Amino acid sequence: MSTVTVYLQGLSVLGPGMPDWSAAQPCLLGQQAHMAAAVVLPPAQALPATERRRVGAAVKLSMAVGLAAVADAAADAAQLPNIFSSTGGDCENCHSLLDVLASDERLISPTRFHNSVHNAPAGYWGIATGCTAASTSLCAYDATFAAGLLECATQALSGAQSCLLVSFDTAYPEPLYAQRPIPYPMGVGMVLSPQASAASKARLQLALSQEPATTMQDAGLEQLRLSIPSARSLPLLQLLASGQPGRVVIDYLDDCRLAIEVAA
Amino acid sequence: MQAIRLSAYTLTSALGSGLDAHLAALRQQRGGIVKKRWETVDFDVCIGEVAGLDDVLLRPALQRYDCRNNRLAQLALEQDGFVASVQAAVARHGAGRVGVFLGSSTSGILSSEQAYRQRDAQTGALPPGHRYRETHNAYSVADFVRQFFALSGPACVVSTACSSSAKVFGTAQRMLAAGLIDAAIVGGVDTLCLTTIYGFSSLQLVSPNPCRPFDSERDGISVGEGAAYALLERGDLAQPGDILCTGIGESSDAYHMSSPHPQGLGARAAMEQALRMAGLQAADIGYINLHGTATPSNDAAEGAAVLSLFGQQTPCSSTKGHTGHTLGAAGGIEAVFSVLALREGLLPGGVGTRQVDAQLPCNYLLQTREQPLQHVLSNSFGFGGSNCSLVFSRVNA
Repeated sequence: MSTVTVYLQGLSVLGPGMPDWSAAQPCLLGQQAHMAAAVVLPPAQALPATERRRVGAAVKLSMAVGLAAVADAAADAAQLPNIFSSTGGDCENCHSLLDVLASDERLISPTRFHNSVHNAPAGYWGIATGCTAASTSLCAYDATFAAGLLECATQALSGAQSCLLVSFDTAYPEPLYAQRPIPYPMGVGMVLSPQASAASKARLQLALSQEPATTMQDAGLEQLRLSIPSARSLPLLQLLASGQPGRVVIDYLDDCRLAIEVAA
Repeated sequence: MQAIRLSAYTLTSALGSGLDAHLAALRQQRGGIVKKRWETVDFDVCIGEVAGLDDVLLRPALQRYDCRNNRLAQLALEQDGFVASVQAAVARHGAGRVGVFLGSSTSGILSSEQAYRQRDAQTGALPPGHRYRETHNAYSVADFVRQFFALSGPACVVSTACSSSAKVFGTAQRMLAAGLIDAAIVGGVDTLCLTTIYGFSSLQLVSPNPCRPFDSERDGISVGEGAAYALLERGDLAQPGDILCTGIGESSDAYHMSSPHPQGLGARAAMEQALRMAGLQAADIGYINLHGTATPSNDAAEGAAVLSLFGQQTPCSSTKGHTGHTLGAAGGIEAVFSVLALREGLLPGGVGTRQVDAQLPCNYLLQTREQPLQHVLSNSFGFGGSNCSLVFSRVNA
């Protein structure tokens, strides 16, 4: 079976009860009870003021997670090719457009329209960081994280340079919420390098697998894992928090999962 | 990069279904854009509509995916023996070794647009038959195609607006190079919807007439719909006459959400990178299939980038005058147009363009020309400043 080997240089998380990676670690390790509190999204300070006031939860979330992962890697955001993976992109903006298109007037806002593209968060990332490298925005329904991780790892290997993954999901308001209930916004960021360095936190070896996914023992975390696509990463985050070598299987597609071997 | 072979390919657009209909339209310089009332749009709009989608029946086992976008996905799959080619590849490599990487911008959002009009007056709930996951979600079309062929390998949708289905060639190439797969179905599917017709209108980017790429009087796009697929495998066993994807260039403008960098810096970077990957010089390219949307600023930026890199000699044209701008499918459709140009030695003359903009003194073809080609370049640029250029090459005897 083919494996893909990359090195983790930076890591970030922002989700319910996980305001950042250092706060998330004791919860993931069971050293502290995990409480799924509402997620506070910081304003997108890196954007010029005109853009900053136009952006919603998806841009704030993806930018916070991306900047934190880049800072953790002590990397330069402007130099990193990037992968933005999300199940719905900016869901609030999409709902607003659908609502106006269902009205008699159909006077939709040009800003809302250009923000409706799935790659809008990636576009704002480029504007904020000045990064002109390749940027790819993906959707794989529930496989937001694994699809993004594979794309990021293969991009890092092909380009022989570090690459940023921003995996993030937000929810639609009703009525679409009923069909796609995502209880909290959540994002995970990673900087992956094709080569080991003194700053590498772990080696990740990825392979496609048919094994069942690793589950979370904590009922609350398992509930999150199953209800937020980006939270399918939780077994990997738990293993990384432990600082120990090990192996997890994370959900990818119905009949295809991702086995990840973690080593120091 | 390791070149990848296009083992099979097909496309469907306003010009018809399959390669023959498109070759005939290219030779006759015939366009498919018409002005009409569409769906509930309350003005006449010039569109490149695919005929017969209302009559397409999805396979019974895939009924839950029923929407305009997946109907087009199936109609396009069924042309040119593409299904049999994929099935043969699955037999060669195994269902878990074939990836599906498709581009779409709006997927089946038309279903949600219609469902929002039918919300329950009391509760606001969507009608019970609405299926978000299988229609509207951006992944829907890759899921549909993966189920259609009962595949179990990697899959995703790339959704980077109008560069989506060019960038999937990059995703597939990287997965092949990493050894995770042995073949990939790539391409794009995008269908007409209210979001894009009203959205581009709100930005004043829709022409009242069929679009006129690179024309001095160009005044906006015509929204189109279409689908294209290619079956990709490693290029090491390529035979004379085969078509290879030899270069892929990807960049970001980091400039503006809906306007390109005025000098086309991002576009130029993507073209340079594609040439570098292919190991070619600008002079090696015999034809450029331009992004050429026919908005004043897009064509000006692309023209500046092409002139700065290629000078005034390289023959080029946009086929959006033929098909309209098929958005997330445009990269895939124009990749297949580029492959047809290589295979047939056919340089498509533009449709809709009468007087090439004197400010853009590219060698824009107003007449279709027959001439052997070795390497062609295809450009795709999208909102959010997402750029992708592809180089295709013919294997010599």
